[in-house]
Amino acid sequence: MVNVSSLLDLGYLVSATLFIFGIKMLSSPKTAPKGNMYGAVGMLVAVLVTVLKMQLSDGGIEGWMWILMGLGIGSAIGYWMASTVEMTGMPELVALFNGFGGAASALVALSEGIRMYTSETYVIAEPVYQVYHLIPVLAIGASALVGWMTLTGSLIAMFKLKGGFTIPFTKKWVRFPTWGPSWLNYAKVGLFIAGLVMILMTITDPGNLKLIYGIVAVSCILGILFVLPIGGADMPVVVSLLNSLSGIAAAFTGFVVGNTVLIIAGSMVGAAGLILTFIMCKAMNRDLFDVLFKTFGGSTRESVTRTKVGSDPEEVAMVLDGISKCIIVPGYGMAVSQSQHLVKEFADMLEENDVEVSYAIHPVAGRMPGHMNVLLAEANVPYEQLIEMDEINSEFGDCDVALVIGANDTVNPVARTGEGPLGGMPIIAADKAGVVVIIKRSLSVGYAGVDNDLFYEDKTMMLFGDGKKMMAELNTALKEL
Amino acid sequence: MSDVIGLFMTLEGFILSLTVFALAIFLGFELISKVPATLHTPLMSGANAISGISIVGALLAANYVEGNTATILAFLAIILATINVVGGFMVTNNMLQMIRGKKRGGK
Repeated sequence: MVNVSSLLDLGYLVSATLFIFGIKMLSSPKTAPKGNMYGAVGMLVAVLVTVLKMQLSDGGIEGWMWILMGLGIGSAIGYWMASTVEMTGMPELVALFNGFGGAASALVALSEGIRMYTSETYVIAEPVYQVYHLIPVLAIGASALVGWMTLTGSLIAMFKLKGGFTIPFTKKWVRFPTWGPSWLNYAKVGLFIAGLVMILMTITDPGNLKLIYGIVAVSCILGILFVLPIGGADMPVVVSLLNSLSGIAAAFTGFVVGNTVLIIAGSMVGAAGLILTFIMCKAMNRDLFDVLFKTFGGSTRESVTRTKVGSDPEEVAMVLDGISKCIIVPGYGMAVSQSQHLVKEFADMLEENDVEVSYAIHPVAGRMPGHMNVLLAEANVPYEQLIEMDEINSEFGDCDVALVIGANDTVNPVARTGEGPLGGMPIIAADKAGVVVIIKRSLSVGYAGVDNDLFYEDKTMMLFGDGKKMMAELNTALKEL
Repeated sequence: MSDVIGLFMTLEGFILSLTVFALAIFLGFELISKVPATLHTPLMSGANAISGISIVGALLAANYVEGNTATILAFLAIILATINVVGGFMVTNNMLQMIRGKKRGGK
């Protein structure tokens, strides 16, 4: 007789296929919304198949209460969080969700570990050296090591993306620290090895829950130490890498519970997330190893000795009068100062005077890849005006004014020389425009710690100040013309 | 219940799973090679929602009535995984709608 429960495994095949097509379609603009839908349907299929399989097994579902309550509470919280989030808070939310995913995998592994080690059959039989116990034992340890690290790392990344946090019951805002002396790397390697050793020890001493708790503790600390030394501008890479890790954790959990769809979806997301991480590193001309283990810029920071006289918004408004083409170059600073709506207002005013306006998007501008697009979309900037770096760079030659807001390293011409920390990084050719207006708080060096020659050129006008404040003043000056 | 939580009963079963694991990794590497920057964040968010597949593991682990530590942990796992899944797909959808909506609404 055909075993119905085994036939149901075909449902997992359906859901894995939907995931594959989902991810594939998400990488192309036209099919992306459908791809996301495929992923969601795939998940629904996987959940339904699992519930059916459990119901059809000997004894049926015993834990209905836990299952329904968990699904209900989780859906309500997830729905609430996703529907109340501001567009600008999106990167933080993705980081938080990612942490939850990693934690879920790790919790399953821990739950299975506790159940296995405390069950009577296990204690009596002690089939330690047989493969069917060896694998889950190893997988429980591996899932714990990766999963808890994903949780704590994602939480730190979330706070770094926010920039800080408010102390409860007071209104005091604390900047989130970035701390990482070079000896910390040895500590990280040491902790990781300790984690691996403990996983191996679970083989010879499998009933020992203390080992599992030890792995959990080591992993939690590792996650914190990994993200703490990395600066805010590198968070895109970190979140992407953590996304990959949460996939790997799910795959290991798949080995714990012996479930194929977990293994397939988990390892696929793990690999795809890693590719995305490399794509981002490449765009920043950074090595993943450097991002994770070197305090970037830190010691070799150039101190600025030159000076430049700042301009005022009225001057800039006069320059803008009568031009025909303006390219706006947004950066991290626009995201931090939340000035995208004012930028859009500025662009609208120029367009009323028949100025051609477009936006130059550097692949790593902002806090996450594509962050500028999302922020500007929120401010109702038409999609066609957002142009990627490679396409727009040739247009700066006949551009009258380039307005750089909150960007520094991504427009630093020194990158073309191929030397120094920025050497070889693709940049936006803002320096080719007739006049370059730069809104920035000071002349200080950017994230890479390199001085920017563009600031000191004669055709460059510096507007020193907070992005939002300067944009507002510039808009007022434009109106008064 | 032991037939649902299919601990690997045979070496063959394990090797088959390991094969699936390795192939899925290769598939993941090949799946995305060219992604426009606009879609990086939605793709990351969508892939993140899919990694909430651990919801399946959480469901399997919660299917015991003991009400002991193991069950509580599995229950927490269901909640967290469901937040990841529901919130993740919704946020991704919102982002994509925004990008697409503005595209249509453009001048």
